[in-house]
Amino acid sequence: MPDDTRKRRQPAAWRSGVTLALLAAICTALVAITWRLTGPRIEANEKAYLTQSLRPALANVFYDNDLDESTLLVPAPHDLPGTDDAVIYRLYAENRPVGAVFVVSARDGYSGPIRLLIGIEYSGQVTGVQVLEHRETPGLGDRIESSKSDWLLQFAGASLDKPALNRWAIRRDGGDFDQLTGASVTPRAVVRAVKDTLVYFAANRDAVFAARGDDNAAVNEDQPADSQE
Amino acid sequence: MNSGSNTLRLCKDGLWDDNPGLVQLLGLCPLLAVTTSLVNGLGLGLATLFVLTCSNALVSATRRFIHSEIRIPMYVLIIASLVTCIELIFQAYFPALDRSLGIFIPLIVTNCAIVARAEVFASRNAIMPSIVDGASMGVGFALLLCAIGAFRELVGQGSILARMDMFIGGEPLRGLVLADGGFLLAILPPGAFFSLALAVALKNALDQRRTRLGGAIALRQPG
Repeated sequence: MPDDTRKRRQPAAWRSGVTLALLAAICTALVAITWRLTGPRIEANEKAYLTQSLRPALANVFYDNDLDESTLLVPAPHDLPGTDDAVIYRLYAENRPVGAVFVVSARDGYSGPIRLLIGIEYSGQVTGVQVLEHRETPGLGDRIESSKSDWLLQFAGASLDKPALNRWAIRRDGGDFDQLTGASVTPRAVVRAVKDTLVYFAANRDAVFAARGDDNAAVNEDQPADSQE
Repeated sequence: MNSGSNTLRLCKDGLWDDNPGLVQLLGLCPLLAVTTSLVNGLGLGLATLFVLTCSNALVSATRRFIHSEIRIPMYVLIIASLVTCIELIFQAYFPALDRSLGIFIPLIVTNCAIVARAEVFASRNAIMPSIVDGASMGVGFALLLCAIGAFRELVGQGSILARMDMFIGGEPLRGLVLADGGFLLAILPPGAFFSLALAVALKNALDQRRTRLGGAIALRQPG
């Protein structure tokens, strides 16, 4: 029937709408099923990834708390390095604070912020530094990555008086830290970020650990902004 | 044309004669961006292969219900759902690879090679040929990603197969290290363009050579 054919060629708008809605429902179901099947595994992966990625920054600090439950989000603006939110993972052993891992950004890298993981013992000594994210030049600045060189290892054991505060710089700037051949901007930014984090930790240590149980309390607000020396 | 030679034709098209990357020059954004190493190329290649095959199958299966007015939203809906699924699967089973490929997994949605196959092939053909077409195009694209990834990794970093642990699990692997460091340009963005240009040139050179020798060997099947 010609009439019928014409109708089929130019379907009414509501028919298109119904077809689309049906397909949308099918597709949503597909995604929902996949999400249900993969959800627990993804969650476990994320937890494992967190523990595993904090490990290199922690050397052999022993802690027994659940990292998820001791996370402190420090919303920007704050006195830590970086203009984005910082995260502090607080570590306790038998309910006594043993150290913290800071996730901060070094602002003055060669191209964009360098996201760093800085582990600090309760005493104020750096246990290790890891690079989480960066956009430094491949082959030059990206050698700060621990998989590409041992450059980050020199931070282990450093603290605000080892080396002295005015020696917290790369050698080219008269400090005690090695630079990388062909790249001094990136190391300079990292050294500065570690130093600033230590300064913050020294000034706010009690507040950082006191906020336990009350997650996401803004540490900054009830602290005098005295992290500058 | 019988169905056997048709299938062969489809495979040959996807892998060589009409390769999405080399000939149609589609999907270049991910191709240029992620191929800094073999493992990245392989990861994105497999993800694209999966999405392409499934989207061809789904588009072909629903082609009777797809009116031409709303076909593009329908393709997008199908492709976007498949990409979300593959992203979840990657997060669950290859988390390290997912982190390494980052935004380029979700961005498979925008790979025009996939919409192109849906529009040009799957919406006009039965399910089986559409699956074959999607698979061969996907394999062709994945092989190109692997080849460029391997080339750039080899020239740029002097290693091959580094970080294969992202696929097979276990400790981080440095791969087969042939030289300490390499020609940096290869892993920087310009190196991606150079590598692709070299690949296209090589393909054309091989084709021309075949055509010259072609009198003796029948290369193209009649019809």
